[in-house]
Amino acid sequence: MEGKDRILISSIRNGTKSKWAIVICSVILLVFFLVSILAPWIAPHDPIQVNLALKLSPPSWEYPLGTDHLGRCNLSRLLYGARISLGFASLIFVASLGVGLLVGTIAGYRGGWIDLFLMRFCDGVMAFPNLVLVLGIVGLLGPGLWQVVLALMMVQWVYYARMIRGMVVSMKEQNFITAARISGSSTGKIIRRHMIPNVLPPIMVMGTLEMGWAIMDISALSFLGLGIQPPTPEWGTMIQEGKNFIRNQPELMLYPGLMILFVVISFNVLGESLSERYGVKRRY
Amino acid sequence: MVIYLTKRLLAVIPIILFAIFLMFLLIRLSPVDPAEAYLAAANIHPTEELLAEKRQEFGLDQPLIVQYFQTVKKIVLLDFGNSYVTNSPVWQEVAARMPATIQLAVSSILLSIIVSIPLGFLSAVYKNSLIDHFSRLLSYLGASVPQFWLGYILIFFFSVKLDLFPVEGRGTWQHFVLPSLTLSLALIAIYTRLLRASVLEELEEVYVLYARTRGVKEKAIMVKHVLRIAISPMLTGLGMNLGKLLTGTIIVEQVFSWPGFGRFFIEAIFNRDIPVIQSYVVLAACLFIVCNLIVDIVQLYLDPRISWKGRTEY
Repeated sequence: MEGKDRILISSIRNGTKSKWAIVICSVILLVFFLVSILAPWIAPHDPIQVNLALKLSPPSWEYPLGTDHLGRCNLSRLLYGARISLGFASLIFVASLGVGLLVGTIAGYRGGWIDLFLMRFCDGVMAFPNLVLVLGIVGLLGPGLWQVVLALMMVQWVYYARMIRGMVVSMKEQNFITAARISGSSTGKIIRRHMIPNVLPPIMVMGTLEMGWAIMDISALSFLGLGIQPPTPEWGTMIQEGKNFIRNQPELMLYPGLMILFVVISFNVLGESLSERYGVKRRY
Repeated sequence: MVIYLTKRLLAVIPIILFAIFLMFLLIRLSPVDPAEAYLAAANIHPTEELLAEKRQEFGLDQPLIVQYFQTVKKIVLLDFGNSYVTNSPVWQEVAARMPATIQLAVSSILLSIIVSIPLGFLSAVYKNSLIDHFSRLLSYLGASVPQFWLGYILIFFFSVKLDLFPVEGRGTWQHFVLPSLTLSLALIAIYTRLLRASVLEELEEVYVLYARTRGVKEKAIMVKHVLRIAISPMLTGLGMNLGKLLTGTIIVEQVFSWPGFGRFFIEAIFNRDIPVIQSYVVLAACLFIVCNLIVDIVQLYLDPRISWKGRTEY
């Protein structure tokens, strides 16, 4: 298990190729975030407005991407879907980072039996295949969006905690921390002012990759019927609904899938380029 | 070697105990009362007496620590209790569905190995060539495409448009093609990258230079020396990504109506069939741990530089 979470901050390598990848992916993701925030203003229709007279209609000026089996505007549903995916992925990221920071710094800074206990706990959680545990938790808590968010968070924080603990342990011995301690900084101040700012950049890189995973997981769970429940527009649920019309209107399931692919690929390329550039090792 | 193996095997026990503990904790923490869930699944109207009777039968009236050790004891004996829905032993139900899932998993692992070894190897040897770019594109796609969507895309092209393969079910070899393809793309993406990276690393090693100066044929160096060692990280990846494969089978079984363990598990979640949920999570964790152990042992044979002794500290 060791080594998987060890971070190597090697010298900064510059490649113009990865620089462009970072710029392009950041712009794409920024657009997606903007869309998800502005969805109520830019969507042409109400995403859950049913209009059976217009069901499965082809693209028109009023409905640029046509309508689904209940006559709802596809474009509006896709735009609102960005809201759910990006919004909840961000929430999971922030929440698990918060828990991970807390546990990781305590374990790393305190050491001793607290460290041992917390890290053994993390090892135990990591012994499960990730999504299997998530499914187990959702299974016991019952299907639903908040259960999914809670379950994903409960599994994700472990990786942050592990990584942060490793960094804190190696940082603890360095001169600048000793200097801070000698000059009378309190433990809280050392952690807040010296450790966390150093820990965050590589964690953000890892978080970029985790965001992609979270979006995939949310959509997969919704597809299985365990996450977001209809009629809320969500990409995974839209694929689940659209698959029934695969013969006549394959675009119903095509569009939401392309959205997921596009967002996740941007997160992955961005995360990988960043980790290559700043020498942060990713976990597989 | 014997000492190493015993040590590794002994180290597995606390992890499995912890896995069972975590599952036990989750069941106790969840708002669902097993007795109520049982009666709901069996369509029996819950009365106070029935609930109390069931609670006693499940041992819910005993202290938690006793309950935990009883759970452990039962699981060791492969007794996961009776399914709330079918009322037959969970282990029987699981054993009946396991072969289908294992076949699917094995065929996708094989497919991904067959594709990713040559692809990863060639893209490292011919770095920045066309094949390297192709493999990079494939691995980005494979890592980012939602599996359920990929499944339907394949169904659309190969079943609806071209009518080559059946849409769902299990039976002939044609039934295997689309599900395995769906499952293996994500694995191919990872293994290709892992192998490429490790081959590139090995090519820098001194022994390659030495073999070249000795006049060993390039082909022999590549296959006999480099590939043999470079494959090691890929094997670790194989073990570590087993979880991805397992959850992948759940999704793919759902898409292709494959009668396996994964679909049974999803049904169990909807029915609140706690024994089945517990059995899946515990078995998946055990499988994951055991496979990682096997991978570590296989690695020892492949890479002569890792000594048996050196690894005992793990």
